[in-house]
Amino acid sequence: MENLASIFVKSIFVDNMIFAFFLGMCSYLAVSKKVSTSIGLGIAVIFVLGITLPMNYLLENYVLKEGALAWLSPELAKLDLSYLAFILFIAVIAAMTQLVEMAVEKFTPSLYASLGIFLPLIAVNCAIMGGSLFMQQRAFATLGEATSYALGSGVGWLLAIVGLAAIREKMEYSDVPAPLRGLGITFITVALMGIAFMAFSGLKI
Amino acid sequence: MSKLISDKTKEIFLGPLGKNNPVTVQVLGICSSLAVTSKLEPAIVMGLSVTIIVAFSNVIISLLRNTIPNRIRIIVQLVVVAALVTVVSEILKAFAYDVSVQLSVYIGLIITNCILMGRLEAFAMGNNPWESFVDGLGNGFGYAWILVAIAFFRELLGSGTLLSFRIIPQSAYDAGYSNNGLMILPPMALILVACIIWVHRSRNKELQEK
Repeated sequence: MENLASIFVKSIFVDNMIFAFFLGMCSYLAVSKKVSTSIGLGIAVIFVLGITLPMNYLLENYVLKEGALAWLSPELAKLDLSYLAFILFIAVIAAMTQLVEMAVEKFTPSLYASLGIFLPLIAVNCAIMGGSLFMQQRAFATLGEATSYALGSGVGWLLAIVGLAAIREKMEYSDVPAPLRGLGITFITVALMGIAFMAFSGLKI
Repeated sequence: MSKLISDKTKEIFLGPLGKNNPVTVQVLGICSSLAVTSKLEPAIVMGLSVTIIVAFSNVIISLLRNTIPNRIRIIVQLVVVAALVTVVSEILKAFAYDVSVQLSVYIGLIITNCILMGRLEAFAMGNNPWESFVDGLGNGFGYAWILVAIAFFRELLGSGTLLSFRIIPQSAYDAGYSNNGLMILPPMALILVACIIWVHRSRNKELQEK
């Protein structure tokens, strides 16, 4: 249990998707103008990460990795299919977002009204694909660890986007030099937030 | 007599290098342009890989554009891109293993690089293969030069080297100069992009946001 909690906290603060790895920057910059929409997108990211990352974990460990097919028959144990990882991961992500979108639309129309527009966007959000690739690289021992990493990264992403959206709402009233307005000043804000988040990097859990 | 390269094609190629740059104006592909730029070498490799992948996926999607059903086009585009990225990644592992280790997951993340999806959706779905190829090359190079510019400053000021050759002489260190460690850390990449945007927009006034 302790291990799961430490992975969770570490992926929120120390290995924050935005500030440490710049994953999901495009939608991060595009959808962070208002706090309400950014909360919607953040929740959708947690949701999709929490579903696709464990699925890709199972795929990696029971199909793709060298020797992973041993449960099927001993002859297949030599097979190393990891070069198929990119295509299969992205197929799982695209298919799952489509399925989640349809399920949400059918069963909870009110949630669909607030999340619906973001779900198709998320299929191409680097944070989702990045989560799966980091999972492959770090080789988590159990499904629980992978899930806890997925949820932690999602929460970290939500935290980052809501923080930026709140700052940008306030910044509407500031007098920014004309060439920096919009995109430029947003980059500088993210950089300053990133420097603040670096304070967590010495954290030992 | 028709020219080999028409004015329109030239415009498609040159636009993304300046006024319509994918990184600083269209805000596409930010993730990787920040993460791989602490050294010059991975930045160059990344820029070339993205250029090749954008150009060829643009051609493939442009050839298929009339046969793809509209509802599943995102998945088709992703599969084409993922196949190309796998090929590039395997080639890098075979011939440039060190760089491929440094780039780690960011090669795989070219699949979800917004430049690809953006150009496929906005250009290749509606134009012929040759123009799509040129558009891909233009956007790829537009992305690559931003990457190289950021990496140049980060490596020079952060490590005192360029492509791992020492540029700042030892005598400067003896006289009390020291590397700026902040340059190697992630936030500095964001500030450098902001500076590039600043210079770019103060020279092209029509790009300024109100």
